[in-house]
Amino acid sequence: MKILIVDDEKDVEMLFLQKFRKEIKSGELELVFAFSGHEALDLLSQSDPPTVVYVFSDINMPGMTGLELLKKLKDKYPKLTVSMISAYGDEENYKKAMASGAKEFFTKPIDFSTLKKEISELLTNNSK
Amino acid sequence: MKLEIIIAFVLIYYLRKPPQGIEISIRKKKILNMALVFLIVAIIVGEFNLINDVYIKAIGFFMIGYSVYLVLYLPEFHHRRNLAYALSPLVIISLSEDIIAYARPDLMEKYEGYFDTAAFFAIIWAFAMWYISKKQKKSLEIERKKAQEKEKEHQITQRLKAELEVRVKERTSELTQQKEALEKTLRELKAAQTQLIHAEKMASLGELTAGIAHEIQNPLNFVNNFSEVTNELMVEMKEELEKGNITEAMSLITDIEQNMKKINEHGKRAGSIVRGMLLHSRSSSGKMERVNVNNLADEYLRLSYHGLRAKDRTFNAKFKMDLDPDLPEIMAIPQDIGRVLLNLISNAFYAVNEKASLIKAADFGENYIPYVEVKTGLTDSHIKVLIIDNGPGIPEAIKEKIFQPFFTTKPTGEGTGLGLSLSYDILKAHGGEIQINSIENKGTTISVLLPLGKNQDSKALK
Repeated sequence: MKILIVDDEKDVEMLFLQKFRKEIKSGELELVFAFSGHEALDLLSQSDPPTVVYVFSDINMPGMTGLELLKKLKDKYPKLTVSMISAYGDEENYKKAMASGAKEFFTKPIDFSTLKKEISELLTNNSK
Repeated sequence: MKLEIIIAFVLIYYLRKPPQGIEISIRKKKILNMALVFLIVAIIVGEFNLINDVYIKAIGFFMIGYSVYLVLYLPEFHHRRNLAYALSPLVIISLSEDIIAYARPDLMEKYEGYFDTAAFFAIIWAFAMWYISKKQKKSLEIERKKAQEKEKEHQITQRLKAELEVRVKERTSELTQQKEALEKTLRELKAAQTQLIHAEKMASLGELTAGIAHEIQNPLNFVNNFSEVTNELMVEMKEELEKGNITEAMSLITDIEQNMKKINEHGKRAGSIVRGMLLHSRSSSGKMERVNVNNLADEYLRLSYHGLRAKDRTFNAKFKMDLDPDLPEIMAIPQDIGRVLLNLISNAFYAVNEKASLIKAADFGENYIPYVEVKTGLTDSHIKVLIIDNGPGIPEAIKEKIFQPFFTTKPTGEGTGLGLSLSYDILKAHGGEIQINSIENKGTTISVLLPLGKNQDSKALK
């Protein structure tokens, strides 16, 4: 299962790759990373339909914000599951994200156990 | 007409008619009136020769004598002394003439001529005296009038003086009150100004703390996450080592190495944010120190960016630093220069952000990327720091005003309007300068010039 992570902080990639080493090693998961909304869109458009099934995106990014990306993704790829990861866990952002079709909303600092649960659910659902 | 009667008449008449300012009792007036009437009767009687001349003369002399008595002994009639003196020779001569005519008529014939001459001179004397008296009176009158006038004027002057004094006193107390009120207002304004400057400093600090706290979260999260994951890797590594998988363990160690580096990096990042904040909040010691302007620019650019990002969720901008590596250190007050840079950079970010919001709101569909650049360099005598933005620019109309205290284009409550004014003061105190270069709708470049020290010649340093 291919998952895309969008965050302007480059270290997020390293973190995720280490956190999910086992899953990546076993081939259960493939992680790809984009550091801006534009990059994410480019990446997804490389194949039609996109091979990515789930997108996790930060909200606070320069250029295109996570919420803007969310809207665009939902427009273009309605079947794509998108969840937000953000330091701003306030009502407003949550509501906006949910209204635009986000599945989940994770706040930073990332609780990787919750994230892992979400992903394993996905995996089990996927494998069904 | 008998001379004596006439003289008596004249005397009594004038006695009755005193000059200005002298009062005679009514009773006396009545007596004098009666005397006048009596004399008139006597004249008439004399004219018609009803009584002997001698009697008429006697009446005349009696009246004269009475008048003289009045003039000499009664204070009310003293003023007519001169008249009495004027007529006295004539009276004496007349009296003498009459007595000798009565007693020794033979001598009368002999001396009649002398008597007449004497009488003539006496008349002249009387007139002369009268004339002199009149003149005296006139000049006295003039003097008196003058004195009166003077007195009047003097009184008016005194009165005016008194009025003036009163008014001056009133005015002085008014002015003193005004002065005190103004002094009080001045004190209050000074206190308010100090408060406002403090508020501005606190506000800019406050803006930062809110954002900073948030921004420190980020590196701290990484520190935590990377330490966590390192722990997990260590556990794995142990397992691999126990299993004897050295290569696997080695690759894990590489990861752990990287993680440690990252932890260090993010730790330092958090540290610098905090340091910058402390530097900004510390009240200026006022001491000049060796300052690396590049470091300050870097620190405050990041600080401003973090702060604004946290304050305004929609805030986004690209920034770039172009710092001359050969830039020498200069003597300056670091907190103050930092404050200036922070202010200018924040203004730049604010400007480009405003433009971005406007464009978004108007949905121009342009691809506007807000951009702020900080560039440092050297001239012959100065360090130059350029803060460049591609914001809306500063309109010509307000270019003059932007350094004025309390002038701001931000909506109420968003800015104190003191940032540029304080910055200007700080730069001036350092012997530096600030220049504005702006094109509407294109962008703004602010140049900050800080002088090199006396023995710092850029050519010598190179």
